[in-house]
Amino acid sequence: MITTTGLRKVYHSRGRETVALDGVDLHVREGEVFGVVGRSGAGKSTLIRCVNLLERPTSGTVEVAGTDLTALAGSSRRANAALRAARSQIGMVFQHFNLLSARTVQDNVELPLEILGVSGRDRSRKALELLDLVGLADKAKAYPAQLSGGQKQRVGIARALAGDPKVLLSDEATSALDPETTRSILQLLRDLNQQLGLTVLLITHEMDVVKAVCDSAALMKGGRVVESGTVAGLLATPGSELAQELFPVGGEPSEEGRTVVDLTFHGEAATQPVISQLARTYNIDISILGAAMETIGGRQVGRMRIELPGRFEENVVPIGFLREKGLQVDVAPVDGTATPKADDALVKEAAK
Amino acid sequence: MTWDELQPMLLPACWDTVYMVLWSAAIAVLVGLPLGVLLVLTDSGGLLRNAAVNKVVGAIVNVGRSLPFIILMVALIPFTRYVIGTSIGAEAAIVPLAVGAIPFFARLVETAIREVDHGLVEAVQSMGGGTWTVVRKVLLPEALPSLVSGLTTTAVALVGYTAMAGAVGAGGLGDLAIRYGYQRFETNVMLITLVILVVLVTAIQLLGDVAARTLARRGKKTSGA
Repeated sequence: MITTTGLRKVYHSRGRETVALDGVDLHVREGEVFGVVGRSGAGKSTLIRCVNLLERPTSGTVEVAGTDLTALAGSSRRANAALRAARSQIGMVFQHFNLLSARTVQDNVELPLEILGVSGRDRSRKALELLDLVGLADKAKAYPAQLSGGQKQRVGIARALAGDPKVLLSDEATSALDPETTRSILQLLRDLNQQLGLTVLLITHEMDVVKAVCDSAALMKGGRVVESGTVAGLLATPGSELAQELFPVGGEPSEEGRTVVDLTFHGEAATQPVISQLARTYNIDISILGAAMETIGGRQVGRMRIELPGRFEENVVPIGFLREKGLQVDVAPVDGTATPKADDALVKEAAK
Repeated sequence: MTWDELQPMLLPACWDTVYMVLWSAAIAVLVGLPLGVLLVLTDSGGLLRNAAVNKVVGAIVNVGRSLPFIILMVALIPFTRYVIGTSIGAEAAIVPLAVGAIPFFARLVETAIREVDHGLVEAVQSMGGGTWTVVRKVLLPEALPSLVSGLTTTAVALVGYTAMAGAVGAGGLGDLAIRYGYQRFETNVMLITLVILVVLVTAIQLLGDVAARTLARRGKKTSGA
C-alpha cells in the first residue's frame, strides 16, 4: 500500500548538510497497522512527511496505493493539482491535533470536504457520521478549545477520515496524551483499521504503542531503517533489537557456571507448559530470571530469561528440547553480562 | 466664540473626519491585507518562497512607513490631483491617508499572519489544500482577532493623520482646531475638538477591542471568556 524506495532527504542550511533520511526502503502492506519507532532525530518525522510529500524527498520514490507520488511532484500546475488530489486520499493525524480554533468541531471535520468540493448538505451529513464513529456526536457545535486532548485527537481522526482515505498517517498522535487516553485512541485506530480496512502508518517513540496496535514495525536509527518486519516475525528473529525493546527481559545469573537462556514463545508454544515439561523430563531445576507476556493481535507472545544449572556444554540436550517444542532460544553470552548494552536500548524519549 | 456659532461647524467637521478615516481605512485593508499576506507567503519558509518579490514588497513597505505623514502628504499632491482632480478637501486627503496607512496596516497583517501555527498550514496541505485554500481557510480566519486589532490600531493612527491633513485644508476636526483654536486663539474650540477626538479614538479602540475579543472567544474555553 505504501512503498518507499531509496528515500533520501538532505537538508542544507548555512552550507552544512544534514542527512535526515539515508536511503529508506519501507513496505507497508494493505490493511495493516505499521509502526515506525526510533528516538527523536532518527528521521521518523521526516519519513512520514515524505510519504505525503509535505517534505519533498531529495531522491527516491514514494508509492501510495499504486500512485508514484514523487513523479507527481513537479513544479508545474498540473502536477501540483494531481499531487493535491493524491494527498486527499491520505489522511493524516498530528501530535498537536492541528485543529482550527476558529471553527466548530463539525466545521473542522468538514474542512477536507470543502477542499474536495463536496456540497453543503453532504458535508454536514458526512461530518456528523464521522463524529458519531469517533464517539463525539454530541460535540459537533463545540469549539476545539472546549475539548480535552483525547477528544481533540478524535476530532483530528474524524477529520483525517473525511475524504475516505485508504491510508492514514499518524505523526506521534498519542504522544501528547496521558496513558489512559492513549489507550483509547489506539483502540479507536485499531477499530478503524479493522472496520474500514484502513492501512495505518504511525510513527512513535513509545514501544507500548507498537505493542498495542501494530501488526508490523520498523526501527529507525540515524535516518535508516535498521530492522523491519511483522511484530511476530521480529520476535522470532534471534538478536532482534526491536523484540528486545518490545519485551525487555533482564536478570543476572545467580552464580557463575550457569547457563542463561532467553526464550521467545509464540503461536502454539505459548500455551504449552514447556518449562515444567523441561523440568520433569530432564529433572533439572530452572530459575526464571525475568519474563514478559503480551497479547499481540489476539495472540500470546512472551519472552522469558531462564537459568539452567551447569555450563552450556552440559545443557545442549535441554536446549535442543526447547527448540524442538517450537520455542526460539537465544543463549546469553557466557560471561554473564547478558543484558544488551544499555546505551543501545531504545530509551523512551520525552514527548516533544 | 459661542456654542451657537460653533455647533454648525462641529458636526460637518466630525463627519469629515469620520469620512476620511473610514475611506482610507477601507482602502488600507483592501491593499494592505494582500500585501501583508504576500510578505508572509514569499518569505523564506513560506508557501510561495520568492526572495525577489519579498525584498521588493518589504522595501516598499519600509519606505512608506519611514516617511513622516506630513511630508508624504505634500509629496503626493501631484498624484492626488491626478486621481481626484484636486488636492484640497476631504476626498483629496483620502489619497495620502490611504497611502500612509497601507504599509502601516500591511506590517500589522504580516505580524498577525506569522502568529498562525504552521501545523495548521501543514494539516490543510495534507488534505490536498493549495496555497489559496491555506490563505482563505487557515491564515485569515485564524488570524482574524489579531487582524481586527491591527485595523483598530490603524484607524486610531488615521484619526491622528486626519488632524495633520487638516493643516493643508482637508477639513475635519483637526482643521477646526488649527484654524480656530490655534490661529484665532479660541481656546474653547481647541478644547472641544480635543474632547471630541479623544472620544472618537476611545470609541474606535473600544469597538475594536470588543470585536477582537468576541472573535477570539471562539477559540477560548467559555469559562475563560
